Amino acid sequence: MSSKYETVIGLEVHVQLDTETKVFCGCRNAFGAEPNTQVCPVCLGQPGVLPVLNKKAFEFAIKVAFALNCQVQKIIKFDRKNYYYPDLPKNYQISQYDMPIAYNGKLNVSDEAGKVREIGVTRAHLEEDAGKLIHDLSAPFSYVDLNRTGTPLLEIVSEPEIQSPEEAYHYLVTLKQIVKYLGVSDCNMEEGSLRCDANISLREEGAKELGVKVEIKNLNSFKAVRDSLLHEEERQEDLLDEGGTIKQETRLWNDSKNVTVSMRTKEGAQDYRYFPDPDLVPFEVEQETIREMKADIPELPEAKRKRFTKEYALDESDIEVLIAEKDTADFYEQVAAKAGDAKAACNWIKGEVMMHMNDRGTDIKGLGLDPENLARIIKMAVKGTISGLSAKEVLKANLETGEDPVKIVKEKSLEQVSDEGTLDEAVTKVIEGNERSVNDFKSGKENALSFLVGQVMKETRGKANPKLAGEMLRKKIAETR
Amino acid sequence: MKDILSSIDDCRSWLAEGGMSVKDAAGEFLARISEIDKDIKAFAFEEPDMVKARAGQIDGSPDNRRLRGVPVGIKNNICISGALTTCGSHILDGFRPPYNAHVVDLLLGEQALLFEGMNMDEFAFGSSCETSYYGPTRNPWDTARIPGGSSGGSVAAVAAGELAASLGSDTGGSIRQPASMCGVVGFKPTYGRVSRYGLMAFASSLDQIGPITRNVADCAEMLEVISGYDKRDSTSVNVEVPVYTDSLDSDIKGLRVGIPSEYFIEGIEGDVKKRVEVSIEALKGLGAETVEISLPHTKYAVSCYYIIGPAEASSNLSRYDGVHYGHRSEKAEDLRDMYIQSRNEGFGAEAKRRILLGTYALSSGYYDAYYLKAQKVRTKIADDFREAFKKCDCILTPTSPTTAFKIGERSEDPLQMYLSDIFTIPANLAGLPAVSVPCGLDGKGLPVGLQFMAAPFDEETLIKVAHAFERETGFSKEKPAVLK
Repeated sequence: MSSKYETVIGLEVHVQLDTETKVFCGCRNAFGAEPNTQVCPVCLGQPGVLPVLNKKAFEFAIKVAFALNCQVQKIIKFDRKNYYYPDLPKNYQISQYDMPIAYNGKLNVSDEAGKVREIGVTRAHLEEDAGKLIHDLSAPFSYVDLNRTGTPLLEIVSEPEIQSPEEAYHYLVTLKQIVKYLGVSDCNMEEGSLRCDANISLREEGAKELGVKVEIKNLNSFKAVRDSLLHEEERQEDLLDEGGTIKQETRLWNDSKNVTVSMRTKEGAQDYRYFPDPDLVPFEVEQETIREMKADIPELPEAKRKRFTKEYALDESDIEVLIAEKDTADFYEQVAAKAGDAKAACNWIKGEVMMHMNDRGTDIKGLGLDPENLARIIKMAVKGTISGLSAKEVLKANLETGEDPVKIVKEKSLEQVSDEGTLDEAVTKVIEGNERSVNDFKSGKENALSFLVGQVMKETRGKANPKLAGEMLRKKIAETR
Repeated sequence: MKDILSSIDDCRSWLAEGGMSVKDAAGEFLARISEIDKDIKAFAFEEPDMVKARAGQIDGSPDNRRLRGVPVGIKNNICISGALTTCGSHILDGFRPPYNAHVVDLLLGEQALLFEGMNMDEFAFGSSCETSYYGPTRNPWDTARIPGGSSGGSVAAVAAGELAASLGSDTGGSIRQPASMCGVVGFKPTYGRVSRYGLMAFASSLDQIGPITRNVADCAEMLEVISGYDKRDSTSVNVEVPVYTDSLDSDIKGLRVGIPSEYFIEGIEGDVKKRVEVSIEALKGLGAETVEISLPHTKYAVSCYYIIGPAEASSNLSRYDGVHYGHRSEKAEDLRDMYIQSRNEGFGAEAKRRILLGTYALSSGYYDAYYLKAQKVRTKIADDFREAFKKCDCILTPTSPTTAFKIGERSEDPLQMYLSDIFTIPANLAGLPAVSVPCGLDGKGLPVGLQFMAAPFDEETLIKVAHAFERETGFSKEKPAVLK
């Protein structure tokens, strides 16, 4: 971007809260069921039914509020947002208008270089999700699936303080990480449990007034958010450079064509006729609930990052890998403590363990690895009881059978041979059989030794302690001089 | 026709003496209804097979609960699972709710024999029962006249001896005003006393279900059955329900009855005023004291009500759109058109008027001037009552400024129609309990109603004073010609 303009971005993120039941009725809240099987008169909007707030959804929202450094509203009030759509059976959405559950928060967003900037969180409010329309292009009608109707949603709105598409991307990564840490949503964009709309405007460098903003919808990944904003930034810049004006409008992102397309202009803006929902009595948040929710917030990524840096001598990039998911970070700490080697634990997790996770398409929990077992394997490898190669084999076997690593080592007789007497034969044999390499080493070619060690390993079928084999080779070759 | 349902107790005796099954009794009731109702039209429609099936279920149970076999009418905006429930509207054609209202569960639990289909003004919008899609209900005292509304069907059926009791809903007087015009007892409980779960909402912050009966004792009994906290209604209040029948036969010596100066306004019919004055003397004779009180914001009540009520209704009624249930226009070309045509064909003139009023009042740019202002006025009205109840135990007013008017007389003049509820609306705005009891006939032989209001959750005082008044004056024993 040229320096003539500065970009102003604000993000609206919808997070589905992962409660057992829906926000205003007792229906199950789960993704992927047969259409219209998780419904009842309340979420179907039948005449005469009444909503009752799910306490859990409200508590989850409070947790997010604290994690985003928000102030929590003292009185919880719900409003009706009135609009007609077939996926909204009451033709109004229960939402929060002038008294969002949380407001005035902030989020520390760091970019890849580790530079941290504070982005304001304007508000977060609790509302019910709508259903889904399923369009069958071969039929003259559409289907309505109301399973999703009444899923608790938290809409988190940022201040228009994000300065670039890249920063918008990092804001989302940070936000998702926090929400996942809280365990209140799985933030799965494919399943729609996290959705995002973006607002972007340009203004002349140093200008105080905000420019005309454009809202972008249909963003199905964080990458789409970044790419659409980059595209929109460029489109607006070109338009302004040509002396044109930006229209306030909503544009849809077309992922395959990499462009935004106008959907509707502001003239079509709806009047939602918000008013307090008379079916839900405003109530005061109990101090007890506040205390409980505060106590229930785990150590969040930012604090964890600081602590890891202090407690474990690890590279910054390693720490990022370990704390990306709370479960992985917890797993790491257990392994590090039990194995007594923070660095080795880190290397094993980001190497072998994550490889197995990727292979199986699962996360650390789904892998079902006992941290105690991994610690044992690491200890054996560090101590030299088994070679690194064997250690990998033991892990693989443990993941398949769940068997005790010590037992696996015994059964497969993978113990490293660290006894000079036992190795002597192999070392002598290798020296005798590789005269050229021995001579090379003698003439100062250090790497010839690696070859010879390799030969000893081969001779012992991988069981020789390579360090010891190296030392013995050196000694013996020196003796033969 | 023999008045076998002059009270719930009478009904019980009749059932016991006959020694017949509830199913046989249901047959008798249905035959009786066919006979009487052809002139009254208290029923928007009848579903005799469903009534008989319910009777069979009661017969099949070994229990003997307090309302076993007692015929109770349910206003057609209260859901009975599987029963046609249309709110007197074309837009809910064919709608059968898949669940019971909380009050319906409670009545079924006491083995009451439920009758659906009691006629009503469309979505309870009206004071005359003339806006029903099924046509008007007639006043048993004079079939050329309206029974009042909106619970006109529920009230007329009880007044004409078709049913022993019924349930209505009261948003601005819809139980009390018709009770007054048909000479029966109608009770609107405190907001939050009775669960609204299963009541098709008109104005959620004003609606309350209540009983309509021939006398105060029956009213106390019905109230006892339907009251109580329901976790499915967030606005229902979790306070203990007294045994209301214990308040019957109480002495009212020293009871302070507030008389608001603002309620004796121009527009009250002379005979109504006279009946109320005579009633005040009767209460004094029973040892009650009268206290003059002031409710200065009462004059804004009707205006305030006609903002809040329609505003909430406009949102509550938006679900009737032809998409999920009820009437769907055959003419529609696309989705938007389907909404417009279905609603245009489905709603009557008064429903459209109120939806428009409410939509306007909530519109951006008008919200503060109308809805918000009305809410502030509402608070003032409630404050007036709080002040007043420091000086008195209950407040007495006429229930309605006039007795029953002729069918068609006010249907072209909504403002005149709205004024019929001028005395009943404040109790809804303030959430107070209120009851209308008969207090004699006017010169034309039409019933006049007397209203008592009390502080929130003080239904007991209303039962006490209404019962004492009824015993003293005997006006509840008056009955229309059809029952003589």
